[in-house]
Amino acid sequence: MAIIALDQLTKRYDELVAVDDLTLNVEDGEFFGLLGPNGAGKTTTLMMLTTLLRPTSGHAWVNGYDLVRQPLSVRKSIGIVFQDPSSDDTLTGYENLKLHGLLYHMPAPLRERRIREVLELVDLTARKDTIVKHYSGGMRRRLELARGLMHRPKVLFLDEPTLGLDPQSREHIWAYVERLVAEERTTVILTTHYMEEADRLCNRLAIIDHGCIVALDTPDNLKRVVGGDVVTLRCASPNLDAVRALGIVDKAEQRDGLVYLTVRDAKSHVAAILQAIGSVESVEVHPASLNDVFIHYTGREMRDTGEEGGWAERTMRYRSSTK
Amino acid sequence: MGRAHDALSLQHEITGIGAVWYREWKVFVREKSRIVASIVNPFLWLFVFGGGLGRSVSIPGVDYQAFIFPGILAQATLFSSIFFGVYIVWDRKIDFLKEVLVAPITRTSVFLGKVVGGATDSLVQSLILLVLGAVAARAGWIPTLQLTPGRIASALLILALTTSALVSVGLIIGSFMESPEGFQLVSSFVLFPAFFLSGALFPVGQVPAWLRPLVYADPLTYAVDALRAVILGTSHFTLAADVGVLAAFLVMVVGVGSWAFRRMSI
Repeated sequence: MAIIALDQLTKRYDELVAVDDLTLNVEDGEFFGLLGPNGAGKTTTLMMLTTLLRPTSGHAWVNGYDLVRQPLSVRKSIGIVFQDPSSDDTLTGYENLKLHGLLYHMPAPLRERRIREVLELVDLTARKDTIVKHYSGGMRRRLELARGLMHRPKVLFLDEPTLGLDPQSREHIWAYVERLVAEERTTVILTTHYMEEADRLCNRLAIIDHGCIVALDTPDNLKRVVGGDVVTLRCASPNLDAVRALGIVDKAEQRDGLVYLTVRDAKSHVAAILQAIGSVESVEVHPASLNDVFIHYTGREMRDTGEEGGWAERTMRYRSSTK
Repeated sequence: MGRAHDALSLQHEITGIGAVWYREWKVFVREKSRIVASIVNPFLWLFVFGGGLGRSVSIPGVDYQAFIFPGILAQATLFSSIFFGVYIVWDRKIDFLKEVLVAPITRTSVFLGKVVGGATDSLVQSLILLVLGAVAARAGWIPTLQLTPGRIASALLILALTTSALVSVGLIIGSFMESPEGFQLVSSFVLFPAFFLSGALFPVGQVPAWLRPLVYADPLTYAVDALRAVILGTSHFTLAADVGVLAAFLVMVVGVGSWAFRRMSI
């Protein structure tokens, strides 16, 4: 049974269509990724699925409940880790979790047990009585993850949960989430623009651009569409016709002063390519990644960092502005 | 599948209100500067304004400081209650509001939790002011003021009604505001007329006829009058009428507030 179903879900702001006619099913227990650049409509989709935004048109069901008509039942079924930190930084870690337990109507003994469990899970037991203001960015994110898991939701939404974190903290968070999925069979909806993360974690993903799904499949199938390896060359005047004449190149493209070639078994053909194309400044060979998939479908590069900066920096800005 | 299947148990709603209150209480206890500031200002009014102007004003039966003491209590309640509404603006700004709005509780419960939280803060301040007032009266600084435990308890009941309504007004303003600066601006249009028209500093019976409708339209007038009734034993209206008006006002603003919170987006 589909645990999440979207039927022509649309969100429109005046002339801007943030989410355009999205139709999609996510099965129970899936680790599902929503991939796309900033402003593609990922967060807007999540805001609708978590009842924080009302769709302009279309329908969606989460855990069998209608988003618009049964928001309370939807909210009981979900947990969410927001892109921006949403814990109260005047409370301690423990108090934030207790508040969460109260909001989700958990009986006191169960609440206290779960708080102990999730604090243990994210390694914050020793810091539970520290006021969140004094947490590092990574600790705060771990706390919010603990909070999202605490009531054992059927569906867990993770909106860029590792944005602005160092690689080590990112590894930690993914280890926790993978353990949770294995133990609880929780359905996870992840939005990210870290391609490697999506590749490793998701068993299916949708590439979103301008509010529309441009591709939807398993990471392996998506990469197969691109096929083989990608050779990136920097050269002033490439002789693409000579390269095509070699008969080994599936696709040759020129963008932003770079030449992208899709080649099967590129390593054994690099010499021939270099000879045919003319003088080359640099060359790079790598197996097709989700980034190549994204370029394949949208014709654009997907950047790894947002223009508005990570949430950690924004928190810092907020704090200094309130002093 | 209709809305009927989407309701929460009353118990769940009450836990939700308690959850919001729990958080407000923790924040209140942690930010002690808020309490100190709210205690100092009323005493400046009482002794500097009341002591200075009081020499030139005579009100039969009481000295001027005793006369304005209930008014100053109402004023402190007015300011702290309305300003509490700014916290909903902050909650939105720091994204904490999302955590509450995505939880399985109704917007009405979120609103009521905030009202109870703000009212608790304000009542703690009022209790401190009343006790300090009793001490000052005993020391002979406000000779005609007599604050017995019974009078303090009655005053707190009236203040509970008053602050609940005023916190609601503050939250309604806050739910429409995008920035704390905007909140400050809009709330000052409410605060100062409400304070000056309330009769906190003058007997309502002495205002000129053209001003009377405005004074009668100010809900705070009835809070000041009720507080004078229980603390000083004199009032312009009957205590029952005062309480009736305050209760009706509370019902109205809680209704508007629940609606305002339902339409509020993040």
